[in-house]
Amino acid sequence: MTAGEGTIRLRPPRNTLDPRAVGWWRAQWLLLTAAPVAVLGILGALIAPARLWLLTPAAVLAGAGLLCAVLFPLWWFRTHRWEVTDEAVYVSTGVLLREWRIAPMSRIQTVDTVRGPLEQLFGLATVTVTTASAKGAVRIEGLTHEVAAGLVERLTRITQDTPGDAT
Amino acid sequence: MSTAADSGPGWRRLHSRTVLVTALVTVGVAVGAAVPVMVALSGRLGYATAVGWALAGTVLLTGCAAAGDYVRWRRTRYRVGAERVDLHTGLLLAKRRSLARERIRSVDLTAHPLLRILGLVTVRIGTGEHTGGDSTLELDAVDRAEGERLRRELLDRAAPRASGAHRDGELATFDPRWIRYAPVSFVAPMLGGAAAGGVMQISEWAGVQGEVIDWVADRFRDTPLVWAIVVLAAVALAAGVVGALGLWTEMWWNYRLEREPGGTLRVRRGLFTSRSLSVEERRLRGVDLVEPLGVRLVGAARVDAITTGLTRDEESRSADHNTLLPAAPRALADAIAAEVLRESVTPTGAQLTAHPRAARGRRLRRALAVALAPVLLQILLGLLLTPVLLWTALACAAVCVPVAVLLAVDAYRSLGHTLSGDYLVTRSGTVRRSTAALRRTGVIGWTVKQSCFQRRAGLLSLTATTAAGNGAYTAHDADASEGLAFAADAVPGLLEPFLERG
Repeated sequence: MTAGEGTIRLRPPRNTLDPRAVGWWRAQWLLLTAAPVAVLGILGALIAPARLWLLTPAAVLAGAGLLCAVLFPLWWFRTHRWEVTDEAVYVSTGVLLREWRIAPMSRIQTVDTVRGPLEQLFGLATVTVTTASAKGAVRIEGLTHEVAAGLVERLTRITQDTPGDAT
Repeated sequence: MSTAADSGPGWRRLHSRTVLVTALVTVGVAVGAAVPVMVALSGRLGYATAVGWALAGTVLLTGCAAAGDYVRWRRTRYRVGAERVDLHTGLLLAKRRSLARERIRSVDLTAHPLLRILGLVTVRIGTGEHTGGDSTLELDAVDRAEGERLRRELLDRAAPRASGAHRDGELATFDPRWIRYAPVSFVAPMLGGAAAGGVMQISEWAGVQGEVIDWVADRFRDTPLVWAIVVLAAVALAAGVVGALGLWTEMWWNYRLEREPGGTLRVRRGLFTSRSLSVEERRLRGVDLVEPLGVRLVGAARVDAITTGLTRDEESRSADHNTLLPAAPRALADAIAAEVLRESVTPTGAQLTAHPRAARGRRLRRALAVALAPVLLQILLGLLLTPVLLWTALACAAVCVPVAVLLAVDAYRSLGHTLSGDYLVTRSGTVRRSTAALRRTGVIGWTVKQSCFQRRAGLLSLTATTAAGNGAYTAHDADASEGLAFAADAVPGLLEPFLERG
């Protein structure tokens, strides 16, 4: 064991996501809260006797959603980071439940890029790196198209140079 | 022999008796369906006509099934080539499936009783890839000698291993005394419950459920309710124990674990349905010593293989597919684990690093929350509705709280991790304690998780991901700094660049 020389921590990965990711996360939060708020609002407008009981939760929900949309993305932007070295892919995510994932280059099997409709709007892409483990996939969300393409190209090149079937 | 090549060199057919098997199975099903139909019809049409109809239906059904299977048999061919194994099949649509031989990782032979009588086996050839069902190729059915030949031929690519100290041949054989561990598993109460449920269900189908309940109520007319419940539970449990013994016998009779020349481990077992599982040793990434609570209390353990390439469809998941040794005395389980890994002592027996006391607090809090939630609910309802619930809440708390505390403390004592030679060992669980020894070269990534509660307590959970077994093995609630040092040591160079010390 190398313990005994003080505390050991995982250092944050070097790269932050694209700042547009904050906007993308905010849009997700807003869409997520908009649906139930709209339903409650319309019902409240139509059903006069229950108006108070429908519009109050709608207002509360809208307030909470707005607050989350303002705060969480800022917080996430600080903790969602990524790094690719010649040996490994290293990603950290989460605020309340923090998570660090490391996948060595030699064990990478596939590299996928996904651009959802909302991501397209913000010019972002998600890169998913899978290994032979059913539970070892590493996702990097909120990269710009150029960075994602460059990353995929680099990962594919490195993994192709590595022999073995990655199990 | 009907498995002779016909179209092109190397192409073989399934065994012709396959058609007979299908016909016989269909006869069985058809007769089973025909009897009640006959009984129902004989009232209206007269006895002779009813028998005639039933007979005609049976013959027609069997004929169709046999004809269909004959076509399937005619159209099914397989070939073991130098590079690939091909299977062409399909009743209406031609299906062609081809596996690269170097990707084949397991060849299983199974035979249900009818197949055994006719000397046939079903061969399942697996590559163990995670994608869909296309990774398995099934030959249903070939004769036993052909099955054995296929198994040997496909798995015989002897990568000679440098370790002469460990023997080939038989590693463990069936010991009838192990049956004493069958009733203490969780199967017994489950089967007991199923038996009670089954009686109610069948009596309902027969329309006599009310009478059954009355009859049972009559037996207990003069006894207090509590006593009646105890007796009924005991009866159900006894039925469950009998069932567990029967199931165990069916599953593990004739059990043999062997190492074959060329580095393949093979498990054979089964009373009526014989099963054979072959695992290439170079696919083996470690072993998992599993101790369910009951089994652990009587000093026994089970050994599972952690291996890449076992088929993981639903059927095999439920059937102890990767078990190398059924629940057996702990010393024997340790010896077999060591033997399987070609080590002198099993890494699962290594002295483990205990986790910080904060992990015990987390377990206690969680267990108490689970135990007290129903109690609080009952108290709340009791205050609002009826005071009886207050007493049941008290009884519930008196039983649940000590059990929860005991389980939590035991769960904490189970926690541990260490490095032992080439293996990374993690242990956790109380109801099902699992000590996994994973080969360090089999670790293909790390996931570190830390909730805000864990961060305050200085803990984190380390998950080693792997291509084998269930894909990930976790050291829960390890000390933050010691755990990271452990992970960095386990796989040199992987975690190190991302750590900061100080």
